[in-house]
Amino acid sequence: MNDALYTTLNLGPTHPATHGIFQNVLTMDGERIIDTEQTIGYIHRAFEKIAERRPYYQVTTLTDRLNYCSSPINNIGWQMTVEKLLGVKTTHRIDYMRIILMELARITDHLVCNSVIGVDSGALTGFVYLFQERERVYEIYEQLCGARLTTNIGRIGGFERDFSPEVIKMIYAFTDRLPKILHQFEQLLMRNRIFMDRTINVGPISAERAINYGFSGPNLRAAGVDYDVRVTSPYSSYDDFDFTIPVGTNGDTYDRFCVRQEEVWQSLKLIRNALDNLPEGKHYVDVPEFYLPPKEEVYDKMEALIWHFKIVMGEIGAPAGEVYHSVEAGNGELGFYLVSDGGRTPYRLHFRRPCFIYYQALPEMIRGGVLSDAILTMSSMNVIAGELDA
Amino acid sequence: MDNAFITGKLKTRFTDGIISTDETSDMLTVVVSKEVIHDVIFFLKENQSLGFTFLTTLCGIHYPEQKLPLGVVYHLHRFEGNEKIRIKTFLPLKNPVIPTVTDLFSAADWMERETYDFYGIIFEGHPNLKRILNVEYMDYFPMRKEYPLEDQTRHDKDDRFFGR
Repeated sequence: MNDALYTTLNLGPTHPATHGIFQNVLTMDGERIIDTEQTIGYIHRAFEKIAERRPYYQVTTLTDRLNYCSSPINNIGWQMTVEKLLGVKTTHRIDYMRIILMELARITDHLVCNSVIGVDSGALTGFVYLFQERERVYEIYEQLCGARLTTNIGRIGGFERDFSPEVIKMIYAFTDRLPKILHQFEQLLMRNRIFMDRTINVGPISAERAINYGFSGPNLRAAGVDYDVRVTSPYSSYDDFDFTIPVGTNGDTYDRFCVRQEEVWQSLKLIRNALDNLPEGKHYVDVPEFYLPPKEEVYDKMEALIWHFKIVMGEIGAPAGEVYHSVEAGNGELGFYLVSDGGRTPYRLHFRRPCFIYYQALPEMIRGGVLSDAILTMSSMNVIAGELDA
Repeated sequence: MDNAFITGKLKTRFTDGIISTDETSDMLTVVVSKEVIHDVIFFLKENQSLGFTFLTTLCGIHYPEQKLPLGVVYHLHRFEGNEKIRIKTFLPLKNPVIPTVTDLFSAADWMERETYDFYGIIFEGHPNLKRILNVEYMDYFPMRKEYPLEDQTRHDKDDRFFGR
């Protein structure tokens, strides 16, 4: 083996096909990839350090920016972690509202990933179709909380405001409309000869290796392991609902695509079920130490004014202890390891970011393949730079 | 599989290596000495009756006031019965060396690099131990508690008034 025969190719840090800022230094033998070295950290913002100086309720602005394609899941996951530490039990209404939002976020996450797999294999049309639908979800967020991408949605103990009739109407309209578009998208790609040739057996990983690499989410399920946090450790009343966890067999790009596609259908079903059965009640539970009182009360009620002041000034400590809580985020098990010493801020907060953990398997998955397959493998893994670098 | 079974297994196998066990938090937490950490993880993963085959997280923690201030926390997961276990080990500030678990879990590779990057914990036997998220010429370990985040010239936000 003579190294002089190989060429070095820099893929990234800014390359249109990497969909995010990370670099791969590829050692190539003609079109074949011999090896790759990954460089990450280009958008590292030290969230874990910043979180050690922030009152609990201010951490949602950080979790927003982890996986920015599905920020509500991150936010709600964090809020549930704090609730677990505080021992707060939420009502079914809050749980169902959370499920609706988290599943909407999962749909947008999967739509982005799958439509981009299409783009990277040369089919731009599907991308345009699906991005229009993603826009509808962002309009729902906007109606609900005023923001679109980094939503800062939800509060410790529930939501800042209830679903308005308009929001419910918009969600129903979305779930009515999406199936048609999704069918069209699937007709474009799923049994398309070119697409299948480009994705089947591209970037495969065995179930055993995937577990060893700490894979989770659709990437692990595509390899044939039926691990989904929503089912194994149900949170937010997911156990009230009946839904299927799709699994693949080969763990290749095509299986990852199909698993995500089926999960979108399941999410749609979950949203419809949760919305149809949405219980009556308040949109928050009684946690005066962490949930900001309604603004009207702050003006003329002593108690509310005191809590408002104490929360905003970040004077309230959480009980000492440690918890690990995880949710099924768009691309896997998003975990929060929270250590509290009784102070007003987390003593230590570690995010288990699924794509940070599974992205390290990329060299093994693309070695020996061609460059164009490597691009597809990377986009099918759904690596989101914000989550990767935290 | 209940916690008593796991602690029993660990205590018979490692006797003095197990410093303490705690069941008061959300999952079984075991503090072990750094001499046996690799063997404990290996035992938990490979023993037929245990089989914690999934490394959920690996991260560092810093308690400046402790005798052994630096810590490494492992969360392991057993899919079959959906059991989780938290393993902790503590190290001195000077020369914090601990054996790597990359030979057991490929997932540990970047997690250990991240822990090294943030806390300066040296994982002996790691194939490529260098900084991962921060720049390579950085000469300190930013997550240690001696590096406070806020501007030290500000006096209007005195920590004593906020419980820390």
